[in-house]
Amino acid sequence: MKKRPWLATPYAVWVAGFTMIPLLVIFQYALTSREGAFTLANVMAIFEPVHLKALLFSLEIAVGCTIICILLSYPLVMAMRRLNMGRQGFTLFILILPMWMNFILRILAWQLILSNNGILNFILQKAGLLPLSLANTGTAIMIGVIYDYLPYMVLPIFNAVAEIDEDLVEAARDLGANSLTVFCKVILPLSVPGLLSGIVMVFVPSMTSFVIADVLGGGKLQLIGNVIEQEFTKSANWNMGSGLSVSLMLFVLISMAFTTKNETEGKSSSIW
Amino acid sequence: MVEKIKDFVSRFYLALVIVFLYAPIAVLVVLSFNDSRSRVVWGGFTLRWYQVLFSNHQIMDALCTTIGLAFLSAGIATLIGVLAALGIQAMRQRGYQVMMTFTNIPMLNADIVTGIALMLWFVRFMPLGFASVLLAHITFNIPYVILSVMPKIKQMNLSVYEAARDLGAGAVYAFFKVLLPQLMSGIVSGFFMAFTMSMDDFVITYFTKGAGVNTLSTMIYGELKKGVKPEMYALSTLIFATVFALLLAVNFLPKRKGKNPAGGPAAR
Repeated sequence: MKKRPWLATPYAVWVAGFTMIPLLVIFQYALTSREGAFTLANVMAIFEPVHLKALLFSLEIAVGCTIICILLSYPLVMAMRRLNMGRQGFTLFILILPMWMNFILRILAWQLILSNNGILNFILQKAGLLPLSLANTGTAIMIGVIYDYLPYMVLPIFNAVAEIDEDLVEAARDLGANSLTVFCKVILPLSVPGLLSGIVMVFVPSMTSFVIADVLGGGKLQLIGNVIEQEFTKSANWNMGSGLSVSLMLFVLISMAFTTKNETEGKSSSIW
Repeated sequence: MVEKIKDFVSRFYLALVIVFLYAPIAVLVVLSFNDSRSRVVWGGFTLRWYQVLFSNHQIMDALCTTIGLAFLSAGIATLIGVLAALGIQAMRQRGYQVMMTFTNIPMLNADIVTGIALMLWFVRFMPLGFASVLLAHITFNIPYVILSVMPKIKQMNLSVYEAARDLGAGAVYAFFKVLLPQLMSGIVSGFFMAFTMSMDDFVITYFTKGAGVNTLSTMIYGELKKGVKPEMYALSTLIFATVFALLLAVNFLPKRKGKNPAGGPAAR
């Protein structure tokens, strides 16, 4: 087949027009004051105590969410491996289907479940247990982000694990490895590309999901996403909002560079 | 015996996760039949909201916008994305890496940053509205298409194409008859992925939509403070039930070739 790199031309134009230029524009706003003079103040504003507090809280939520999603995903993927092929497909489809119920409504439903006189406490009381007060806490936000982003961790890990050659697992067993050893020495290392894309897909959005923080945090707990959103909608300070976005972007890129340093080329990009 | 226990434990765990994922959906479905405007009081069973729904023009408008947006953006993104994937695959190492890096930018960037950057750029040359949201959706949809088509291109069997050419097929004819069928599963799952992402997006739409347009997501967000209308629960239940039925049909009716069981986004 003749090589036809020019087929990518429309995409290249698109990337230039709607990925690169917008990034340049946001940098331009970030690096200028309202009067248009060059300044670093907007980018450095991330170090102001209020913003730093939001950033640290976001980090706490994102790291917690990512770790819990990983811990939930591996047993899930291993459980799915035990099913036959048809059932596996069906289970995958069950995992994705909730995305078709509007995301804000699903979070709203969590508010009803977790509120102090909500469904969870009703069940707990019926069971004779003490009620929890989760409404408007960090824990509620954490439950919300885990709920929303768990599929994004399960799918890439599942895809990576599904590609593992069954012969490898059997060979390990023949050589005397028990289930735990098989998992640690064969499955875990071979699923790393999936794990990495899962981390990217979960960590970044969970840091900034301001709707979840709005609904489940009662407006008191702020993620960095809430701060940025308010700079645009409430304070109408586009320069400050852009500055904070740019510092968030740099922060994310640096932390991702640490996680994905050793990823093999191309492999981890196959998310689905 | 040990295997039995393991089977039981793993199924039990699967069930737990499914309960976790479907609990809020069950709540919403129940609310859609609740004969009370309040979210916390059960006022008896009703189908009222399902009737009211279709006479609520705002919601119907938002639904049309959402679906139109999803179809258009997923369609255009699929076209550009498939061509892009074919082109990128043909590039040399350097170009390949540059293009893939750009493809990953919207995935790596937080939605809020993408949304704001696009908004800041759009306001310079166009009014915010349906068109700007469409451009934004296409932008974040293309990478999903590329990333699901790319692996298929890598596995593609080129000798069949060459054989077709040797036997006298024109380049375009051979492409549609030989290459495209091999890529089809990737293209379909890319389209579905893009469609789903567009339907479910809130943040990027929120920043690029301007005043006049509403998708279901932005409409619900606007209603959050004063209380979401029960019609909205009814509509979401309907959408959910429709997709559920469609995917069940795809899954269980004709088992074509036995490949691609999920039929939806997860099928790679």
